[in-house]
Amino acid sequence: MGLELAGYDAGRALGALWSGAFGSWYALTSATLVRSVPLVVIGLGLAISFRAGAFNIGAEGQFYAGAIAATWLGLHVGSLPSPLAVAAVLSVAFLAGALWIAVPVLLRVRYGVLEVISTLLLNFVAEATTSLVVQGPLQERQGIYPQSDAIAEVARLPLLPGTRLHAGILIALTGAALLHHLFSRTLWGFQLRAVGLGQRAAELSGRIDGRRTAAAALAISGAVAGLAGGIEVAGVSYALFQNLSPGYGFTAIAVALLGRLHPLGVVVAGILFGALEAGASAMQREAGVPAVAVYVVEAVVILVVLLAESIRRGGMAGVAAIGSATGTARARG
Amino acid sequence: MTESVELVGGFLAAAVRVATPIMLAATGETITQRSGVLNLGIEGMMLAGALAATLGATAVGAWTGVAFGIGAGMLLAAVFALVVIGARADQVIAGTAITLGAVGLTGTIYRQAYGAGGAGLDLPTLAPIALPGLASIPLLGPALFTQPASTYLGFLAVPVVWWLLFRTRAGLALRATGESAEVARASGVPTRRVRAVATIVGGAFAGLAGATLVLAQVGSFAERMTAGRGYVAIAIVVLGRWHPVGVAVAALAFGAAMALQFLFQTLELDLPYQLFLMLPYVLALLALAGMVGRVRAPADLAKP
Repeated sequence: MGLELAGYDAGRALGALWSGAFGSWYALTSATLVRSVPLVVIGLGLAISFRAGAFNIGAEGQFYAGAIAATWLGLHVGSLPSPLAVAAVLSVAFLAGALWIAVPVLLRVRYGVLEVISTLLLNFVAEATTSLVVQGPLQERQGIYPQSDAIAEVARLPLLPGTRLHAGILIALTGAALLHHLFSRTLWGFQLRAVGLGQRAAELSGRIDGRRTAAAALAISGAVAGLAGGIEVAGVSYALFQNLSPGYGFTAIAVALLGRLHPLGVVVAGILFGALEAGASAMQREAGVPAVAVYVVEAVVILVVLLAESIRRGGMAGVAAIGSATGTARARG
Repeated sequence: MTESVELVGGFLAAAVRVATPIMLAATGETITQRSGVLNLGIEGMMLAGALAATLGATAVGAWTGVAFGIGAGMLLAAVFALVVIGARADQVIAGTAITLGAVGLTGTIYRQAYGAGGAGLDLPTLAPIALPGLASIPLLGPALFTQPASTYLGFLAVPVVWWLLFRTRAGLALRATGESAEVARASGVPTRRVRAVATIVGGAFAGLAGATLVLAQVGSFAERMTAGRGYVAIAIVVLGRWHPVGVAVAALAFGAAMALQFLFQTLELDLPYQLFLMLPYVLALLALAGMVGRVRAPADLAKP
C-alpha cells in the first residue's frame, strides 16, 4: 500500500523481495543466509548482555574492531596450515571485540557511566579507526583504494560448494545450541536472568555478585560481536573497507529482541532479517525501491513486537529489568 | 598577528556553528529526560527534521523548512511517546527502532523526491545575521554575533528552558515526574501526559536541530547526514548534568572539539584527519568518566 502511494509497482517489488530472499537455492544460501550469519552471531552475544540488563548498543563498533584485527592477522598467516590460520584469525577478532568493549565495561564498573552512552560513542571511534587503517597501515599495496589487500587463502572459511555460504553458519548454529544449554541448564544462565530482573534483589540473595555478572555479560557480548566481524572478513569480504557492515550491529539489536533473547529465537529472527535485507537488495535492482526502505519494515516490526509484548504482560516485567539495570549503574555514578 | 586573530575568530565561529544543532537537540532532550524519558530516537528525529526542512525549503522557503523540520520531529516523537508512554514499552529499544525507521524513511523519500543521485540541491538557507554593534567586537563578534537566526534561537532557548524547568509550576511537575512518577502521581500530577508533552517538545527541538543542520550549516541533505549528532546530544545532556546552562556549555565545548579539525586543516599539520574525527567522542568519554560522583540522573529515568 505504502509502496503504491510512493509510485512503485507493489506486486513486482514484493515478488522481487521474495525471490531475492528465498526464490532459489542460491538466493537462500548466498544472499539470505550469508547476511543472517553476522546478525545471528551478534544477536546471540547481545542476548547475553540484555539478559543481564546491560545495554550494549555498540556492537557495530565491536564488529569493526574484530574485522580490523582479523584482517591484520589474516594478511600475515599465509604460512600456517589452514585450520590453524582460521582459528588464529577468529580468536584475534574475538579478543579485539572484548578489548573494544573493555572501556565501557570499566567505565560502568568504576565510574558508573551508562553503557548505553559509552558503547554508542565508541561506534564513531571504531568507524573513524577503520577509515584510518584502510588509508594507512592496512591499505592495499598500490596505495590507491581505501581498502586492505585480500587476506591469505588459508585464513578463509570454507564455502558450501556452488554457493557463497561459508562455515560461519556452523559457528552461529553451534553457538546458539551452546547458549541454549548455558541459559537453561547452568547456574550462570540463572544468575544472568536474576541480575537482569533486578541487580539489588539478586545481590541480596547473597550468592550473586551482580556487578560482576553484568560486567562479564557485557564483555562477552562485545567479544562475540568482534568474532562476527572476524567471520565476515574470513568468510565474505576477505578484505577490510569502510561500510563493511550495512548496520549489522544495530539490526542485531532487533534480532535479539525479536528472538526474545532466546538462542533459537535469535536464529529464526536472524534468518528473517537476513532474508529481508537480501530481498531488499533484489527489490532495489528489480523494482527500483530503495533498499533502505527495509529499515522502515524492521522498525515497524520492532515497535509492533514491543507493543504486543507490553499488551501481553500488562506492561511490566521485562521493562523492570531495564529500569533496575540503569538504576544500579546510576546509583554508583 | 592579524592572521592568527582571523584564524582564532574563524575557529570560534565554526565551533558555534557546529555546536548549534547539537545544543538544540540536547536542550530538548534535557526537557525529555527531566520527565523521566530517555529518547534514543532523537538521532532519527533530527534526520527526519533535516529532510523535512529540505523539502519545505525547496518548496517554499527557508522558514517553511524550519517549520516542516519541527513538525517532522514532533510527529516521530509522538509515535515514540505512543509506544513508550502509551504502551510502557522499553525506551532504549523503541528509541533505537525509531532511529532505524527514520534512516529508512528519509532515505526512501529522499531518493523518491530527488532521484538516486540526489542532484545538486539549490536550497534557500538561513543567512548569517550580524547583530548591529555587537558584530564588530573583535573575535567574539564574528563568532557569536554573526550567526544564522537558528543559533540565536538556540541561545535564547537556554534561559527560557531554565526558567520553565526551575521557576514554573509546570516545570516542577515535570521534574517531579522524572524523579518519582509514583509520588508525583499521588500528588495529582498527570504524569503520563507530562511525559508525552516533554517527549514531543524534545522532538520539536530535535526537528529544529535537523533543520538547522541543513539550512544553516551544510546547505543540503544527504542520507544519514546527522551521523550520530543525536546520540552525541544524549551524552551532552549527561555532561551538562541535566541543566540547560551546563548542557549549552558542554555542547559548545563539543562543537569546539569538532571544529578543531578545520583549524588543523588550515595549519596543515601532518596528522591523519580521522584522529580529529574521533577526538570529540574520545573527549566526551573522558569527560563522562571524570564526572564520577558529581552527577545524578533523574531517579525515574528510563523507567516505564
